[in-house]
Amino acid sequence: MKYFHLIWAALFRRKTRTILTLVSIIAAFLLFGMLDAVRTSFNQAGQSANGAQRLQTGSKLSFIQTLPQSLEAQIQQVPGVKMVTYANWFGGAYQDPHNQVFSFAVEPNYIDLYPEIDVSAAERKAFDDTRTGILVGEKLAKRFNWKVGDKIPLQSTIFPNRQGSKNWTFDVVGILHSKDKKAGGFFDQMLLLHWKYFDETTPFNRGQVGWYVTRVTDVNQADRVAKAIDALSANSDHETRTQTEQAATANWMKQLADIGLIVGSIMGAVFFTLLLLSGNTMMQAVRERTSELAVLKTIGFSNRSVLGIVLAESVLLLVLGGVIGLGFAALIVPAVSAGSGGMLNLPSVGANSWILGLVLMIAIGLLVGALPALRAMRLNIVDALAGR
Amino acid sequence: MMKFLINLLLLLLIVAVLVAWIVLPWQGAVLLAVLFAAWLFITRRGRQTLSVASVGISTLGQRLGSSAVIVIGIAGVVGVLVALLAMGEGYAETLRKTGSADTAIVMRGSSASEVMSVLDHDSVTLIPQAPGIARDAKGQPIASPELVVAANLPLKGGTADDEGSVQLRGVSDQAWAVRPNVKIIEGRNFQPGMRELIVGKGATKQFAGLEPGHVIRLGNQQWTVVGVFSSGDAMDSEVWGDASVVADTYRRGSSRASVTVKLTDPKAYDAFKASLDGNPQLKVDVSTTIDYFNKQSEGMTKVIRIMGITVGLIMAIGAMFGALNTMFAAVAARAREIATLRAIGFRGLPVVVAVMLETMLLALVGGVIGGVLAWLIFNGYSASTLAAGTVGKLSFELRVSPALLWTGLKWALAIGFIGGIYPAMRAARLPVTTALREL
Repeated sequence: MKYFHLIWAALFRRKTRTILTLVSIIAAFLLFGMLDAVRTSFNQAGQSANGAQRLQTGSKLSFIQTLPQSLEAQIQQVPGVKMVTYANWFGGAYQDPHNQVFSFAVEPNYIDLYPEIDVSAAERKAFDDTRTGILVGEKLAKRFNWKVGDKIPLQSTIFPNRQGSKNWTFDVVGILHSKDKKAGGFFDQMLLLHWKYFDETTPFNRGQVGWYVTRVTDVNQADRVAKAIDALSANSDHETRTQTEQAATANWMKQLADIGLIVGSIMGAVFFTLLLLSGNTMMQAVRERTSELAVLKTIGFSNRSVLGIVLAESVLLLVLGGVIGLGFAALIVPAVSAGSGGMLNLPSVGANSWILGLVLMIAIGLLVGALPALRAMRLNIVDALAGR
Repeated sequence: MMKFLINLLLLLLIVAVLVAWIVLPWQGAVLLAVLFAAWLFITRRGRQTLSVASVGISTLGQRLGSSAVIVIGIAGVVGVLVALLAMGEGYAETLRKTGSADTAIVMRGSSASEVMSVLDHDSVTLIPQAPGIARDAKGQPIASPELVVAANLPLKGGTADDEGSVQLRGVSDQAWAVRPNVKIIEGRNFQPGMRELIVGKGATKQFAGLEPGHVIRLGNQQWTVVGVFSSGDAMDSEVWGDASVVADTYRRGSSRASVTVKLTDPKAYDAFKASLDGNPQLKVDVSTTIDYFNKQSEGMTKVIRIMGITVGLIMAIGAMFGALNTMFAAVAARAREIATLRAIGFRGLPVVVAVMLETMLLALVGGVIGGVLAWLIFNGYSASTLAAGTVGKLSFELRVSPALLWTGLKWALAIGFIGGIYPAMRAARLPVTTALREL
């Protein structure tokens, strides 16, 4: 540390070059931060303690197939089940069939199973009391500029009402807030309506539910409970498939795209380029300073400390650029999420990304510094001073 | 103050050149190259430039390490950009090929996609009576009522519990007439009324156990896979069975999701649509299949494009500064040489253009390498995603088209341009006396 001023001075010996290299490194780590946020958001989906406690029961045939409502009472009887609720796709769209909204018709106790969702007591009561009431996620409400008290028309892309029209009208009675803003769940982008109202209004549902959500009393019993639930309808015409919410989401994400591979190959390309750029800069810097390094050695710096100084310089360069780059990413990622109007929902650059980033910075710094540092260490004083 | 103004002007000039460059079609670029070559070989200044540049280019070998930085940096940018754009292109292309202008799809009103649509038995019989539908040899209208459901199947390479969703389509004989590009490539077609399936070529790659002869479980029933079909479009990701058997299994009664019809010709569409819209017994939406599939791919293609350009842009900034760095170093190393040239009478312009030429050449090499690499690795690479509007995995192939390669080259040259211009200006502006003294 006592040589810090020396290293710092050496780093900014050629200001233009150092700054240009820094910008390259900043760009690389900005990209790293953004891609890592995407990767984490895919990995994190459903990975909460609550997600492990909830089981999803859907039709074994396919996720669009419905199940009889009578199953609820049976699931309730399964030992280890704390609470059970059900929901249906509503297929809501606002103004245009392509403007889809995550909308579910749910039993009123649905919210009780999701402690991550925050609704004020008054709004909850209003929802329970209003047949045509809906609860709207915070971000969704912002996207379409809906307020409590508004009457909003919603098309269903699946279900017509009793008049055969697909235009439904609902009253916004409350706003859903996501308790953990960073979790990146879609709770603040969904819309909940009453299952009972939905079932009575559309002639096509006839007491069918889309899927059940069960909360278990003990997480360790989840597997056993899941098997017991599936056993209820084994060999019937509505066989079920029960998974923890975590497993279901992970499975879903895996089908969406092989994100890991894409993100990985981009990062590979970026870091290879980066390695080359900063390696080249370090080589230049050491070559230029040959005589200075020789002077250092002449006045008594050991070979090892010269090696250390050059290595430290390259690590410092990488860390400096990397921290600024990741810092930018931390600023930009939430802005992108906000700007996309709820289309993208990325978690901000988390502690894990920072740690991984720092490890990479130091590793790359050592790697690109290694060759020039060895050169500096092996420098022959006489030759170097003579400019040979 | 003067210097600041000049720099500002230079910046504005660069922005203007870049904007013009982005909108320039390839013919324009060729014209530009020809004009530039003519200037190089015919005018005095041009010939001077050529001789300065040839010195720089011939010494490139000695600066292999630092020149490689430009080439590889730009190759990286171009490679990643082209690969990402190829993904969007391949996805859109697969859906685009699925539709055609002379077939139309009829779904229940305001259904965003086939899987959300339900047409009752009456509608299914009414629709083929509309005018404008082509007829087969027997005089029957070519209209295919189809049923689309999501089926869960085990994924290839996953554990027994790893299930994915595949789009299962219940069809009748007419499905082949409305989609002439679908061909059985292995095994045979299913027999009507039997629990038999034929599977798309893409689906066989995604899901386990889809070889002809295998028995798979859909729900609590056993189905036999009897054939593999290929169509080269989105249908490749589907599994087909007899419509009435599928409807039985999935408790759909006599309803269907959509009716696809073959029109006598694309112009018959308006009459066909008008007739269905005007029929009070029907509440349906009609669109040509090409419109339908284009609309389905719109959102996803846009997301992939934006992602590709954002990533490309950030990488380009990184590579650009790398190029700047290298060229500044190259100019500094050759400061004496350049100063000598200027001392013996070479003007500023040839020096500027020569340095630019050198950088652009390196950038071009990088762009070509990046494009070729992206083409070698990613052209035809199959990827899959849950597509919007369907309920199954859609497999598609990345497509590195000539247009994309051209985009990549354009980016490479733009990066080279910016990376070269500042060092070039510096080389030209440095006072001769200072430069001659420089070590």
